[in-house]
Amino acid sequence: MSTTDPRTENFPLAAESREAVEGALREQRPLTPTERVIAGVEAYTPEEAAERTLANEMLADTRPGVRQPLLINLGPNHPSTHGVLRLIVELDGEVVKEVTPVIGYLHTGIEKQCENKTWWQAITLVTRMDYLAPFANITAYTMSVEKLLGIEVPTRAEWIRVLLGEMNRLASHLVWLGTSGLELGAMSVFFYCYRERDQLLDLFEMVSGERMNHRYFQVGGCAQDLPPGFIERVRAFTDEMPKRIDEYEALLTGNPIWKDRMKGVGVLPAGDLLALGVTGPTLRAAGVPYDLRKVAPYSGYEHFEFDVPTSTEGDSFARYLVRVQEMRESLRIIRQVIDGMPEGRVIADDRKVVLPPREELAYSMEALIHHFKLVSEGFMVPAGEAYAPIESPRGEMGCYVVSDGGPKPHRVHMRDPSFVNLQATAPLCKGNYLADLIAIVATLDPVMGGVDR
Amino acid sequence: MSDVSAQIEAVTPGAVVAEFTHVGELTVEVRKERIVEACRALRDGPGQFALLSDVTCADFPDEPGRFRMAYHLASIQTGSRVRLRAWAGALEPEIESVTSVWPGANWMEREVYDQFGVRFAGHPDLCRILNPLDWSGHPLRRDYPIGGEEVQFTDAV
Repeated sequence: MSTTDPRTENFPLAAESREAVEGALREQRPLTPTERVIAGVEAYTPEEAAERTLANEMLADTRPGVRQPLLINLGPNHPSTHGVLRLIVELDGEVVKEVTPVIGYLHTGIEKQCENKTWWQAITLVTRMDYLAPFANITAYTMSVEKLLGIEVPTRAEWIRVLLGEMNRLASHLVWLGTSGLELGAMSVFFYCYRERDQLLDLFEMVSGERMNHRYFQVGGCAQDLPPGFIERVRAFTDEMPKRIDEYEALLTGNPIWKDRMKGVGVLPAGDLLALGVTGPTLRAAGVPYDLRKVAPYSGYEHFEFDVPTSTEGDSFARYLVRVQEMRESLRIIRQVIDGMPEGRVIADDRKVVLPPREELAYSMEALIHHFKLVSEGFMVPAGEAYAPIESPRGEMGCYVVSDGGPKPHRVHMRDPSFVNLQATAPLCKGNYLADLIAIVATLDPVMGGVDR
Repeated sequence: MSDVSAQIEAVTPGAVVAEFTHVGELTVEVRKERIVEACRALRDGPGQFALLSDVTCADFPDEPGRFRMAYHLASIQTGSRVRLRAWAGALEPEIESVTSVWPGANWMEREVYDQFGVRFAGHPDLCRILNPLDWSGHPLRRDYPIGGEEVQFTDAV
């Protein structure tokens, strides 16, 4: 419970700084490194700041040539931190000495809320975690529940999941490319990327009725079949898109400013990244070809031909190249899916889990009963636990569910790649310039909705 | 006994309590005092479980051990996976931190501490991560109230 101290009333960071100290005092333990940084950051009321400045000046070593480290607070509402990421940075001149990410500003307790919803209601919540990759969230969740149920997903549904998953990867990488360009002053890339992303969102709207946070996949398959004309529009898009990617590359890949700001910046060896649990394009840019679509194919990925782009440099530029290459590979997969899309059901035929077709309710009493039971009580999932990992645009997205045999999950946990990858911020940024910190965080591509959940 | 359990037993005999495969996933339950040795054995062993995917916990108020930790390990070469589990204890839940094996466990364990109140011995930076520092209680415990109580932050409106 936040204290209503009149001195800090309009200074939330000052209040937080105080809480860090008071919490440790209450528990009679020394401050942890993160708490010490939060407490020490210059987030004071004006009076306190004046006092501290005076005290620091008295203590400071003012001999010529002696430099004091500078502690600055970036965020939580900094325009360049992709949402509400707060970075407390210790600087020596312009060089970053230490970075402490402070997260949790977007924490909404989704995992707790899931425990109080039925299994199918929780789908709506999990899509809202990583808001740039809703189809990835929902695939991980439904796959883990399907594992526990032992339900077979029809091939067509799996292919639709691959199709939308890859389109989602494109949309997510486009947002990343646009905003990263913006970070380094490449304004036009942002407009181009968002133009193409908008086309993708139109397609998502066509299929699910929503531009973001789609609730299209269900346990057992997909909510509906693809609408008429959808495949043709996707085909037109895939014909157009390679030229667009060439355009982005023409603007950036050979651009001397882009290269200067990206090459050799933010390098960490693959071993260190792996020890930190970093996955996705960041790990592949350091030379580890770990892609769950290849290593442990799920949802029918073994049927498609594609390469896993890697690089050995491990710097910001390599991460950029890997992501752009991944966009081309995604297009390759999309083309194979729409060319070979199998016919058949889009959702499993299991009336204990799957809603009956709407039109049957008009004449079948049994369908009505099933519908009523599923909507009011939900379906039961056999007791046990399951973990379903998939390759989201940012890395390994896993969903861990525990069931006690009832209609509600006992525990839902998302292993979000943004959360784990963000731990690499400090080792990646140490020794670089402050201006590069912004670019490095951008190439890690964290989505705070997924980090804080 | 599976290869994975054999690997753990070879390094720390008596660490494995049980093992079973359910829905195609291998779960190995280990004694909580041995969790670090078991993790290190699997990371360095021939199975090459180099990646710690996830550390999380689930609360079972009726069980004697109450907090069941789950460590998801993966091999980046073969894609094979194993789940280690250990019960952290009901009254003063505490388990050794695996940050010495994988530094990436840092935030995952902080999240478990924040949400469940399980303490991690030897963790370098054990404080709240998702909730505010002065939050009271651990929200993902099953007995955490979810309605009827005063909404936190009402004083901030």
